[in-house]
Amino acid sequence: MSVRENTPTRLEVDLANGGDAGTTPVAPTVRRRRSSSGGARVEIAVLVGPALIVFLGFVIFPVVMAAYYGFFSWQGYGPPTDFVGFRNYVTILQDPTFQEALTHNGIIVVLSLVLQGPVAILLALLLNRKLRGQSLIRVLIFVPYVISEVVVGTGWSLMLQTNGAVNGMLENLGLGAFTQDWLSHPDIAIWTLMVIITWKYVGFAVILFLAGLQGIPEELPEAAAIDGASFWQIQRHITLPLLAPTLRIWAFLSIIGALQLFDLVYIIWGQYIASTAGTSTMATYLVANGRNAGNYGYGNAVAVVLFLISLVVALIYQRFVLRRDTEGAITGKGKS
Amino acid sequence: MTVITTPAVALPPANPSAPIKANRRWGTPVAYVVAVIVIGLMLAPVLFIIIGGFRTNAQITTDPSGWPSVWNIGNYLDVLTGGTFWRLVGNSLIAGLATTLGVVLLGLMASYVLARYSFRGRGLLYATFAAGLMFPMTVAITPLYLVVKNLGLMNSLGGVILPQIAFALPTTIIILVPFLRAIPDEIQEAAFIDGCSRLGFFWRMIVPLAMPGVITVGILAFIASWNSYLLPLFILNNDAVFTLPLGVQSFASQYSVDTAKVLAFTSLSMIPALVFFALFERRIVGGLTGAVKG
Repeated sequence: MSVRENTPTRLEVDLANGGDAGTTPVAPTVRRRRSSSGGARVEIAVLVGPALIVFLGFVIFPVVMAAYYGFFSWQGYGPPTDFVGFRNYVTILQDPTFQEALTHNGIIVVLSLVLQGPVAILLALLLNRKLRGQSLIRVLIFVPYVISEVVVGTGWSLMLQTNGAVNGMLENLGLGAFTQDWLSHPDIAIWTLMVIITWKYVGFAVILFLAGLQGIPEELPEAAAIDGASFWQIQRHITLPLLAPTLRIWAFLSIIGALQLFDLVYIIWGQYIASTAGTSTMATYLVANGRNAGNYGYGNAVAVVLFLISLVVALIYQRFVLRRDTEGAITGKGKS
Repeated sequence: MTVITTPAVALPPANPSAPIKANRRWGTPVAYVVAVIVIGLMLAPVLFIIIGGFRTNAQITTDPSGWPSVWNIGNYLDVLTGGTFWRLVGNSLIAGLATTLGVVLLGLMASYVLARYSFRGRGLLYATFAAGLMFPMTVAITPLYLVVKNLGLMNSLGGVILPQIAFALPTTIIILVPFLRAIPDEIQEAAFIDGCSRLGFFWRMIVPLAMPGVITVGILAFIASWNSYLLPLFILNNDAVFTLPLGVQSFASQYSVDTAKVLAFTSLSMIPALVFFALFERRIVGGLTGAVKG
């Protein structure tokens, strides 16, 4: 009789698909009737259990605890007892060092978009044309993205020291007047950081844009070319508008990444120099004033602030920019 | 990130519909000039690190941007024959492979249930995992450190591996669920008619059929683990268990006067990632683009 059980009706299938966050329109999945019986429950528990335990234990629980610890003055020994309400949050928001870090994050968000966006679009447009060695070019542009932040940070900080390769090269070229203290001059350091960030992450943008460009049907630019449009006219009026969804998603990833920037700054500037050089970020502030200072409660409050700022930015972006592309994706309610 | 629909297996060829004749054209010289300049800028810092490792400290001091007058392989040999580098590579390999294995195994099992079982609370379960995308590790790092400490996993690779698996699960599940759902039902029906149990079906059919998706997910997890910095920084305080990124940093500060050796060490530590990237370039790029193509 098992054969009978194994062939469900289509009706069950459609019911079973309801309420799912996945949006892929695939053929209705066939499911067995036994789904609510004990055997299936055991299977579900055995299969999902390990993933769920690891996920709840190492992602959800720590996130919840961060929100909880944030209300305490706590040095990390024993359970937190010194409840201080919102005092940590008041301190954070009034701390000029935090405000500076937040400002730096804002500058990095804007400059990342302004610097990487146009460069990546131009590169993607150029590389999307028929070129010999296109795939090699694509791989080489992507190399900095694959190298770890520590290697990038170590290499760049050696090059940018006052007696490093960049200044050395400027002198060899007779441009000695342009040598700078690239890393610690407060007016320059943030631009140095932006150059490094652009260098490291522009390849990612180019790859995304190339993928987006390849989704544009050949016929549109061809038709425009037949009608006498120039290359740049075609890009401006046909390609770019069609690339807009990819651009919006890239911008989203870039903004969130810039708000949470930590590795590069911490590796190159360390925890102390970052604030005097004007490159500190909310995340380096978190680590410097939380764990490194031994104030675990305070550090967690910073984490909550960082998360809330990212969340608000994400929701605003979702509401006003991404809406037409991915309705409801960020809030988790798939429109299906 | 939030719009993953189908895991692209590889990039489609540049212009599938273009006539062959057009592919033979060389295109405009401007594009080549720009491409060469850009590649030069992209590779210059990498080459600086690699070539710097072949110089001596005296040379680096007198002319920091110069070419090596004599190619000196002593720095590289020192690093390669010393134990530190290989220990770091070993630790990074263990952490990377264990993370990848864990993510793939747990992610595949959970995705299988989410894709092919129907039960109450499935939508909620999926949403729970998907919500993980909203929490970067930075936000949870301090409590995470305390959890690991309470589990007695400080200064052990396990303390890095478990959180990495947990934080990689959302992406993995979001990529794998549509993949598993797309496996034709006829295969499942046929297997059941032949008396295959559902778990048997999982091992014998789902795992092999999901391989392309699994490989993409595995590569992403491995690279993330290989380059991971913040978590090991919190969990590993003992250089016996350092992973490569921590090791590079500690080497750089320990031998800060020996710039040439630091450069040699840094460039050697970059090689595994570059080789890995060269081998799986199509899948990595394909996975990333697939993830964002709405």
